[in-house]
Amino acid sequence: MGTLTYFPGCSLKDNAKRFEDAAFFVMEQLGSPLLELEKWTCCGTVYSLTSDDLMHQIAPVRNFVRAQQAGSDEIVALCAMCYNTLARTSQRINADEEERTKINAFMNKEPDYEGSVRVRHLLQVLRDNVGWATLTDKAVRSLEGLKVAAYYGCTLVRPDEVGIDDMEHPVVMADALEAVGAEPVTFPFEAECCGTYQIVDEPHLALEQSGRILRSAVRAGAHAIVTACPLCQHNLEQAVGALSEGGVEGIKNIQVVYFTELLAAALGADEGNLTPAVRDLLAACVPAEGGV
Amino acid sequence: MARTKTIPRENLRERVEELSGENVFACYQCGMCSSGCPYAEQMDRLPSQVIRDLQLGDASLLDSNAMWVCASCLACEVRCPKGVDLAKLMEALRQIHLRKAVDRMSLDKLSKDDIRKLPQIALVASLRKKSG
Repeated sequence: MGTLTYFPGCSLKDNAKRFEDAAFFVMEQLGSPLLELEKWTCCGTVYSLTSDDLMHQIAPVRNFVRAQQAGSDEIVALCAMCYNTLARTSQRINADEEERTKINAFMNKEPDYEGSVRVRHLLQVLRDNVGWATLTDKAVRSLEGLKVAAYYGCTLVRPDEVGIDDMEHPVVMADALEAVGAEPVTFPFEAECCGTYQIVDEPHLALEQSGRILRSAVRAGAHAIVTACPLCQHNLEQAVGALSEGGVEGIKNIQVVYFTELLAAALGADEGNLTPAVRDLLAACVPAEGGV
Repeated sequence: MARTKTIPRENLRERVEELSGENVFACYQCGMCSSGCPYAEQMDRLPSQVIRDLQLGDASLLDSNAMWVCASCLACEVRCPKGVDLAKLMEALRQIHLRKAVDRMSLDKLSKDDIRKLPQIALVASLRKKSG
């Protein structure tokens, strides 16, 4: 499979750095290191839903041009929102020569975008290229006994054209965690909206959504709710705080972690590189850390 | 509200259809969107009522909070039996305000501390959705 051209996006360099660090480690261990796209720019975060708004397709296209220059026809994203925005733009602009011509005419520094870059999420790479059996083979620390609620949110599964799995009952993240010994729980809010950017100016809206998701995961007996998006992660963490203060039972004990953090732990990341949340979770595993 | 005075109110359906590329008359009011919308109870009109108002050309819809509460999670879009993309209709309603420079969100609303604590992904998304 070789190296993968990796698109980070803004939050992966800041509050979600641990999401990225763990992914680098995981893919190194699996023999397909992530190589960061040079001079990447913001994806735009949300895909523009108006028909006449080509301007907002340009940020993703600039990144496709960078990939093209690097000789790559594929970009791999980690952040679910970046994945969605880039993938939707790539589908639209790759299929529409007229729109591509307009965008190429507008961009004056870059070479023309030829329309052949596709976008995938790291979970797709793990499922379709690495495979669960390889993940199991490479694991040196079993997560057996750890109950996980794999939380997908919106942008990994909707709309259907870019969804990486079944939109009503996705399994890809649960399968990845199961491959390293964890026990996925069934919880009905796995693909409900976390409240997204409403956390900025209407926090009650976001906390209500994230609160429902958390309560559902706690009721299902999960030790951890596992995410693939810095914004889902942020909102769920905020909701843990808000609900714990409200005295909701069991909430304080649940951890919110990125899927790459658990995979990195399973693939042998040094204890010192794990966050306190992940170290806590390893303590829940039976047998506790037998090593190889 | 003073804000609505600057927003053109005529031909609402036509303008929304042009911006969204959707046909609002495809909707037969089954209510699937409203039943699955995680935000419906926070809206002063249900998602299906938003489409009904568009069908009827009821411009009071522009004063509703529904378009601002909608977060484009697409739960409605993937479940609509008639293939109506309600998220695009909501975006068009937002754009009708935002393209007249009537912003719903600005950084002035936040303290420096808020801005420091919020991840960029939240700030950029919020400003993209709620300012022009």
